[in-house]
This record gives sequence, structure tokens and C-alpha cells, in this order.
Amino acid sequence: MPVNIDAVGRAYGPHEPYEVTRIKIREFADAVDARSFAHRSEEAARAEGYPDVVAPTTFAVVIAQQAEFHVVVDPEVGVDFSRVVHADERFTHHRPIIAGDLISATVHIDDIKQRGGISMVTTRTELSDEDGTPVSTVTSTLAVREEV
Amino acid sequence: MSTENGPSFDGLELGEVVAERQVELSRDSLVRYAGASGDFNPIHYNEVVAESVGLPGVIAHGMLTMGTAASVVEEWAGPGNVVDLQTRFTRPVPVPAIGEATVSFTAKVGALDAEARTARIDITVENDGQKVLGKAQAVVSCA
Repeated sequence: MPVNIDAVGRAYGPHEPYEVTRIKIREFADAVDARSFAHRSEEAARAEGYPDVVAPTTFAVVIAQQAEFHVVVDPEVGVDFSRVVHADERFTHHRPIIAGDLISATVHIDDIKQRGGISMVTTRTELSDEDGTPVSTVTSTLAVREEV
Repeated sequence: MSTENGPSFDGLELGEVVAERQVELSRDSLVRYAGASGDFNPIHYNEVVAESVGLPGVIAHGMLTMGTAASVVEEWAGPGNVVDLQTRFTRPVPVPAIGEATVSFTAKVGALDAEARTARIDITVENDGQKVLGKAQAVVSCA
């Protein structure tokens, strides 16, 4: 079954907020070879002008992918996850993510394009903090191959 | 944005290489990234699953390559100063069961915006002599 193009415009969330912790930031920094001590030590982060340990540039994906999962598992959208390839990704940061942040995510299906047996599903996940202030916008396109 | 810790805008030149790095990705790197990111798609650790969906074998997470590219830029830009980052995933990076895949990153100044005091950094990422990311661009907030 192909992806349902009528799903464009659907939104999911916000669900339970994601609590950003120092240990998770360090773990992610280690995984992507982000070498600054500001990802590991509160003191180093303060020296850089941040109130606490600051997340690497793509850390927002940890939160965004959880939100995007709601799209993938929605039977009315019809994405077969075993046929998915990641096509593109973009992060626009309104402010850096800092340890202690409680981040809420709402994911929107912005676009679905179909051609040549492939559906390109573009989602936009808006991350905001406890006060509702925008933190990051994460745009992601998945290429879903239809069954033949 | 905390631009006080950002790189100096004045003196930047188009085409200037601001950062370079070569990274060896092993299966350990992929498992580590899977745990850190929560992306447990088995194509990033299970040969049989990867081949069954038409891949040449286990491949690196595109987001691991993108995240490492960000780290290369960030080492020059300072933490928290990459305000925008985008890429297309154009070619997979196969990672062998034993040994490593070598991925090289070169970050150059692609455009300068004097009014916003931002630099667009274009990142070339190669594995096995071929580009693996398309239009990999970071916007850095400068001091």
C-alpha cells in the first residue's frame, strides 16, 4: 500500500516532554566525535557563556526522531519502515539545547511527493522549551520505496 | 545565540578551509551511535538484515556522518554556534565487520553575510574517494 498523500497537514504531539541530561549530552558527544569540554563539564560550558552543559549541533535528532516515530507508526499514513531510507535532514536552531531543558516536540507532515515508486515524506518537528519558546526546527525527509 | 565565543567574522575569506578531520568508523562506532541516538535500525549493525533490503552490507547512520560533520565545524565555530545545518544523504557508508571505514571531512567558507555576521560553511564528506553527503552546509554565528 502506498503512502497516503492525504496525510499532509497532519500533526502529532506534543507528547511527554524530553528531559535533557548532562550524561546523555556527553554520550551523544562521544558518539559523534564532538570534542569540546562544553559538552562534558558544567564549568567549561559556563566559560563559553552557557548556564550548563551544551548539546552538540545534531543532538536535537534524539528528540525529533522520537516524535517522527508517531508518523511512521500511524497506519493511516502507511509508511513501511523496512522500506525507508533517510533522504535529507535540516536543523535550524533558535537557541542551543542545554542540560536541564524540558523539550516538547510537535511533528507536522509538511509534504508527500510520489514519483517512480518512491514516496518522499517530509516532516517538520518543532521543539520548544517549558515556556513554549521555540528551541529548534528539525526538517527530515524519508524516501519510502513502494512494494512491487 | 552566544556569539561571544564564536569565531571572528572579520578576516574570513571565501574558500578558506576552516576545519578538517579524518574519522575511522567501525561497527563499534555504529553501536555507540545507535545507543546515544536511539536509532536502532538493524541495517546499522546486522549484515543479514542490511543485505535483505538491498544494501551492500551494514552501513553507517546518515545522522552519524552528519553529526560528525557538525562536530568538525563546531571545533572551529565553538559549541552552540552552528545555528543551521542541512544535508542530503546521497551515498551510504559501508562499515566492515572487522576494521574501519575512513571518512574525511573538509569544511570551507562558502558564503559570508556581513549584516548577520554569519558564515556559511560548506562541508565535503568523502568515503572511498566518493562524496557521501550532498549540499552539506552549516551556518555559523560569528563574533
